[in-house]
Amino acid sequence: MDIKTILLLIPLLPLAGSAIAGLLRHQVGRAGSHTVTILAVAGSFALSAWVALQVFTTDWQVLNYTVYEWAVLDGITFEVGFLIDSLTALMMVVVTFVSFMVHVYTIGYMKDDPGYQRFFSYINLFTFAMLMLVMANNFLQLFFGWEAVGLVSYLLIGFWFKKESAVRANLKAFLVNRGGDFGLLLGVAAVLMYMGSLDYSEVFAAAPGVAGQTMSVFGGVEWSVMTFICICLFIGAMGKSAQVPLHVWLPDSMEGPTPISALIHAATMVTAGIFMVARLSPLYELSSTALSFILIIGAITALFMGLIGIVQNDIKRVVAYSTLSQLGYMTVALGASAYSVAIFHLMTHAFFKALLFLGAGSVIIAMHHKQDMREMGGLGRIMPITAITAWIGSLALIGFPFTSGFFSKDLIIESVKVADRTGAGFATFAVYAGVVVTALYTFRMLYLTFHGSSRTDAETLSHAQESPWVVTLPLILLAIPSLFIGWLTVEPLLFGGALSDAINVAPGHDPLVHIGEHFHGATAFALHGFMTPVFGLAMLGVAISTWIYLFQPSIAETLKQRLHLVWTILDRKYGFDEFYQRVVAGGGLKLAGFFSERGDRTLIDGWIVHGSARLVGAFSSRLRSVQTGFLYHYAFAMIIGLVALVFAFVLLKG
Amino acid sequence: MSAMNWPILSLIVWLPIVTGVAILFLSESRAAMGKALALAAAVAALVLTLLAVAGFDMTTAAMQFQEKTPWIEAFSINYHLGVDGLSLPLIALTALTTVIVVIAGWTIKDRVSQYMGAFLILSGLMSGMFAALDAMLFYVFFEAMLVPMFLIIGIWGGPNRIFATIKFFLFTFFGSVFMLVGLIWLYLQSGSFAVADLHQLPLSLTAQIWIFLAFLIAFAVKVPMWPVHTWLPDAHVEAPTGGSVVLAAVMLKIGGYGLVRFSLPIAPDGAAALDWLVIGLSLVAIVYIGFVALAQRDMKRLIAYSSISHMGFATLGLFLTFAIVQNTGQTDGAVLGISGAMVQMISHGFISGAMFLAGGVLYDRVHSREISAYGGVANTMPWFAMFAVLFFMANSGLPGTSGFVGEFMVILAAFKADFWFAFFAAMTLILGASYSLWLVKRVFYGEVANDNVAGLSDLDGREWTVMVVLAILVLALGLWPYPLIEMIEPSVANLVDHITNTKINP
Repeated sequence: MDIKTILLLIPLLPLAGSAIAGLLRHQVGRAGSHTVTILAVAGSFALSAWVALQVFTTDWQVLNYTVYEWAVLDGITFEVGFLIDSLTALMMVVVTFVSFMVHVYTIGYMKDDPGYQRFFSYINLFTFAMLMLVMANNFLQLFFGWEAVGLVSYLLIGFWFKKESAVRANLKAFLVNRGGDFGLLLGVAAVLMYMGSLDYSEVFAAAPGVAGQTMSVFGGVEWSVMTFICICLFIGAMGKSAQVPLHVWLPDSMEGPTPISALIHAATMVTAGIFMVARLSPLYELSSTALSFILIIGAITALFMGLIGIVQNDIKRVVAYSTLSQLGYMTVALGASAYSVAIFHLMTHAFFKALLFLGAGSVIIAMHHKQDMREMGGLGRIMPITAITAWIGSLALIGFPFTSGFFSKDLIIESVKVADRTGAGFATFAVYAGVVVTALYTFRMLYLTFHGSSRTDAETLSHAQESPWVVTLPLILLAIPSLFIGWLTVEPLLFGGALSDAINVAPGHDPLVHIGEHFHGATAFALHGFMTPVFGLAMLGVAISTWIYLFQPSIAETLKQRLHLVWTILDRKYGFDEFYQRVVAGGGLKLAGFFSERGDRTLIDGWIVHGSARLVGAFSSRLRSVQTGFLYHYAFAMIIGLVALVFAFVLLKG
Repeated sequence: MSAMNWPILSLIVWLPIVTGVAILFLSESRAAMGKALALAAAVAALVLTLLAVAGFDMTTAAMQFQEKTPWIEAFSINYHLGVDGLSLPLIALTALTTVIVVIAGWTIKDRVSQYMGAFLILSGLMSGMFAALDAMLFYVFFEAMLVPMFLIIGIWGGPNRIFATIKFFLFTFFGSVFMLVGLIWLYLQSGSFAVADLHQLPLSLTAQIWIFLAFLIAFAVKVPMWPVHTWLPDAHVEAPTGGSVVLAAVMLKIGGYGLVRFSLPIAPDGAAALDWLVIGLSLVAIVYIGFVALAQRDMKRLIAYSSISHMGFATLGLFLTFAIVQNTGQTDGAVLGISGAMVQMISHGFISGAMFLAGGVLYDRVHSREISAYGGVANTMPWFAMFAVLFFMANSGLPGTSGFVGEFMVILAAFKADFWFAFFAAMTLILGASYSLWLVKRVFYGEVANDNVAGLSDLDGREWTVMVVLAILVLALGLWPYPLIEMIEPSVANLVDHITNTKINP
């Protein structure tokens, strides 16, 4: 098979699987649907892995080609095409691997669900959409994939569409994302206007020529075109990757079944924004204003969303706020021009966060779909595989040396420290403080769930057991990279230039150059990790958590009362939800009602049309007395013709 | 191509009209025959249209398949037909929509043959209007097609149909009078009703402004543009499903087509002077009407307002040229905008038609258009829910569906004209998704809301057919708009050339 056929098969296999499982759901049945979709995604993973092997181990030339022309007009070619370089290859492997694991896991998790086939159809469709997004070689296809993953996310958050909370959450997710897409679309329009193309390579080539240009948008203020473009595009990323203040949809997305929380709302889709900025690094390098903006947004998200995680009681929501916080870390890396570190954290996070979500799901199965950690405790004895893998994921999350998360998170912190950019001071503080916070909520979750005495009611507890192998196998398979992938790949990916064909950092900007001077191999780096302040901070968080949740549970309640104000602010999530609910949604609906009633009904119909309508009313009532039904309407037809003719002749004669 | 040799356009126009008139006289007892004949004629017209598409030369902006015979020689009025890349797609849309409404109207009980006949006649008249190259012939078709539409709403409509019909009549008639006066004035200037002659006729700026305004009133009512839009929701609410489908899918396009065939090329300098007005009204339509749609409680009313908002993209795209030239000094982007407007019209034909059909599917079963009468329909009609979600997603401009293509192109072009045009136009991303998906949530999601919903049966074979056809079209145009754009582009490029040169008499 030639390489282009293989590349085409990678997204098309899951698309075909989705069509079969979805449209022929009755014909293929439950087993048929999971067989087809899992084979499709497994095939897609195998081919992606093969492609990645080619890209990373051979003398690979970047492939950039058109699959088909979407439309050609006005001197612009809109196309669907693939750009296969190291960044694409990495993303393809991560996406298909996590997707594969989640597919297998779903067999166990959705076992009794009446929508079984539909679910498999959706997650296969998601895999297709996500692959199209990461393989794109142009902005049009990026936008396609972007919205398509949004669609599937919408369908999956609302998968249990009978639940009011689920269908509220999916509407919210879609609309908040549309708010981000609003920026993205304007950014794309600006790219086309100033660079004359939507093709990445052509845009990158044209970008330096645009760097000095300005445009006036708001009042008389002149904006750098590049800053405008980069910030608009990043607003799109803020929606998709849930950065403050467009983050509000992600915690609610937990209404969806847990497998998709792992796949879509932790490992892959939500990282699309991070991926996009990294992909567009040649543009972002031209605007340090945009990078500062990104740095600050990321820092706010990393710290403040993590804090909310501390007060959550729903196990999935803890992991969700953790995801927000980690996405913030990735964004911080982007803002520090450490794009490859962001991608590196994206990858390690995909493994350990998918692991944590699936672990949470395994707990939820055992608890008969109860998610409140206050009703758990001591589950480690009942479900050892889930508990051990959750520990592995948690250690990676807090950045314990040698785990995958250690390498990626430590390098983000190092990068911010050396970044010379407005906002770097605040970002440095935020990522350091975030380490304590991460350790706090992570270990709180571990202890409340797996340790201490059981708070579960006897009925549920008597049925609780370790999950079946289709659930635990993916946990184990994800635990392996959560432990080792960082140690294995940190050197080639970040210091060996493996991503250099995709990521472009301006000379003097690259924080990895500084860090690389002190980097002497992964093992040395990890050993040194035990002696850094970061490690100390993480241990501080762990210690506080251990003390409170393992030894002195009563302190938690005391603290909550002592720090009532802080607790309330965190519990209310800083009021973002209320703001959107009351001001944006409520205000929008009020405005809609006002326009509809006052504008259309009163002003236009009432005042303007009313006069003429009355005239015709009088006119037609006379007609009505002599005619009925058909005749009445024919009369009107005749009147039109007659009046027209009269007009014509009067005017022509005159 | 052999299609060149016979009067294919006349066949497309008159075959449905003649068959339709014949069917009108069939008695109630022969309803089955009426339906069969209607379907045969509609399909035949569609096949003829597809032949015309197949034989159409995509490389030229010239009028093709022309037919010309003197009609009223005293005023040098000709029976002159022909198509280019602007009109042929709309004729194809007309023919396709006709087949769909005939199938969709299969279960009509009352005066079946007359119902079918009215739709066929309407279809032929609309095709004739799109194909007319003589302004008077255009006007005759333009007015004549109101008759079958009045009948459709007035006879098979809802309880308030008389009111809706009068309102519809008043608005349209009010507008078309101005057009007639304008056409006659142009005739007196040029001695010709030939559209091509009027395009070349030099006119002073003042004259162009008056002509432009006269045409604008006529076409703005048809589109409809804010603030002459309020007839549309009333007409839709009272019209039977088939009537709504034709109204939304084809009749609204007449306004856009009129602007692109008459207003822009006949009075380009007038258009350049008043483009701010059209652009302003278009943006009001997109944003203000988007909000109004959000407040609707009646499904059909909501879809009607959504139509107005989406047609705002068509009118916006058509009038960006002058602002682009002013802002950038080049015409790059003008073709993108006008082509986007044309694509938007075709796409809106599919999507609005599909949404009204979806509304009809529910109305046929529950006899209510109120959104609050439903809830949890996806429980009892899963396949129908799938189609509905697709169509409402397409309505909110989801990439991969046809709804994205035109809006995307128009927004890209609008950005070249002025950042704020693009800014307000792009608000449809949020507004369109809000009213479309909120409707989906309230109607389709949630627990089964009441006994009516509990008793719903999923789509039957006939409904499936219609939904599948439209779904395929919506996806095909979204995933590969290339052929349609290839057909439209030469004519649009030609138009941009024409309107960027002044016509003011030196």
